[in-house]
Amino acid sequence: MLRHILLASGLLAAPAAMGQTPPHLLAGGCQGCHGVAGQGGHGIPMIHETKTRAEFVAVMREFRDNQRPGTVMGRIARGYTEAEYAVLAQHFAKPE
Amino acid sequence: MHATRRTLLALGAGAAAFGTPRIGRAQARAGRIVIIGGGFGGASAARFARDRHPDLDITLIERGRTFTTCPYGNLVLAGRRNVESITFSYDRLAARGVRVVHAEAQAVDPQARQVRLADGAAVPYDRLIVSPGIDLRWGAIEGYDQAASERMPHGWVPWLQPITLLASQLHEMPDGGTFVMAIPENPFRCPPGPYERMSMVAEYLKTHKPRSKLIALDAKNGFSKQPLFQEAWEELYPGIVEWRGASSDGRVMRADPGEMVLETEFGERVRGAVINVIPPQMAARIARDAGLANQSGWCPVRPASFESTLVPNIHVIGDATIAAPMPKSGFVASSHAKQAVASAAALLAGREPPPAVYFNTCYSHVGPDYGISIVGVFRPQGDRFVEVEGSGGISPRNQALGANAREHRRLEAHYADGWYDSITQEMFALA
Repeated sequence: MLRHILLASGLLAAPAAMGQTPPHLLAGGCQGCHGVAGQGGHGIPMIHETKTRAEFVAVMREFRDNQRPGTVMGRIARGYTEAEYAVLAQHFAKPE
Repeated sequence: MHATRRTLLALGAGAAAFGTPRIGRAQARAGRIVIIGGGFGGASAARFARDRHPDLDITLIERGRTFTTCPYGNLVLAGRRNVESITFSYDRLAARGVRVVHAEAQAVDPQARQVRLADGAAVPYDRLIVSPGIDLRWGAIEGYDQAASERMPHGWVPWLQPITLLASQLHEMPDGGTFVMAIPENPFRCPPGPYERMSMVAEYLKTHKPRSKLIALDAKNGFSKQPLFQEAWEELYPGIVEWRGASSDGRVMRADPGEMVLETEFGERVRGAVINVIPPQMAARIARDAGLANQSGWCPVRPASFESTLVPNIHVIGDATIAAPMPKSGFVASSHAKQAVASAAALLAGREPPPAVYFNTCYSHVGPDYGISIVGVFRPQGDRFVEVEGSGGISPRNQALGANAREHRRLEAHYADGWYDSITQEMFALA
């Protein structure tokens, strides 16, 4: 619980997370399965411009908190910070 | 030493073979990045560098005209895939503007900052990315040398020995024959790989040779995704699979290919109709010869940039590196690759490498519609790599999944195929 509050408030910074990883590097983890353009395939959802930024971040939070059914995404989401969710949203979500 | 006429000819020939690349190739622009090795690390580096850094000259040196992946090789053993379906060409990378040189990288001269090719030609670089893969330690298991590997295939380095050799021995084995495996200690390429292989061999035996058995002799007492694999073996292959760890005399000391026998630490002689030896490994020769490896045989790197700690202006990526707790996997090699390219580009421009996050997902096929996974998110912390606390890990056990277990395994098997398509399409510029 404390962890979630800290995560949500961005206080639980990742080790050595000085500055922000650029979107095209951060997105590499997603692309390995979701495709280089986020196109998906084999039942892996397309993530390219399918959601607004707010929706994208909300989905990542739900995976992190085990509030959304999935296979690998919960384990993945817990490896990234709130700030990184926002960067990924900017990279993959619908333009606003 | 300067670029020789032969170099220019060699490079010209490389480019001409694949038509005129999209990007002009006159002088070095903002800098020259040369990549040795066109596997998961090197091909990913080439694709990423070409897309993200159009101002850089990108050269990929790779001996093979095609690349057959290690991942999904085990599915060839099961009879689910053929080798053609896991083999890729470099044509699309070349068409995208990567200068692909099909030659053996013979040596690296860090002083002159150039790579010498087998024909003597020199390829100059500003920053070098070495993604060399592994060599097998012939003789580490007494009697197991390259000649022995014809009788007892390793099937672990596709360019050295196609998986079809082991596959044909398995498929020609009489029903009732025993398939024996030797599995090495850590570290080695693809930690869950031997156990996926056991699973795929067992899947094949169960259907095609129901009187046969599989005995795996392991130099370790534990392995990647162990509870998931063992749970699945009990469920899917009861009486077929036997795994012996080091404390059950699983460590193989000697191989006798004439007798088709493996001998363990305490002298037990295990005979097989087919024997698969996965021997101990080390960074491939080009990296060791270039002084990039330490006494362990593997290459130490700076966690923030994958720069070699031993030789300036060189990044080492992929299986050859010392990067624990990250596994030696294809996915992680592509993650190393992107950070190494971004770091090389930044350093060439006089900037610091960007903050890194490394990522891995490894799927394993265990049976029909039965897949499992391990996930990891890693960050540099000083001179170490650290897995982000509370993240990652393996798929849930059957008990935790309850009624959802079957669907969860089915989805992960399906997603494994999606991962394979996505990452290979990216590496070889097919998407």
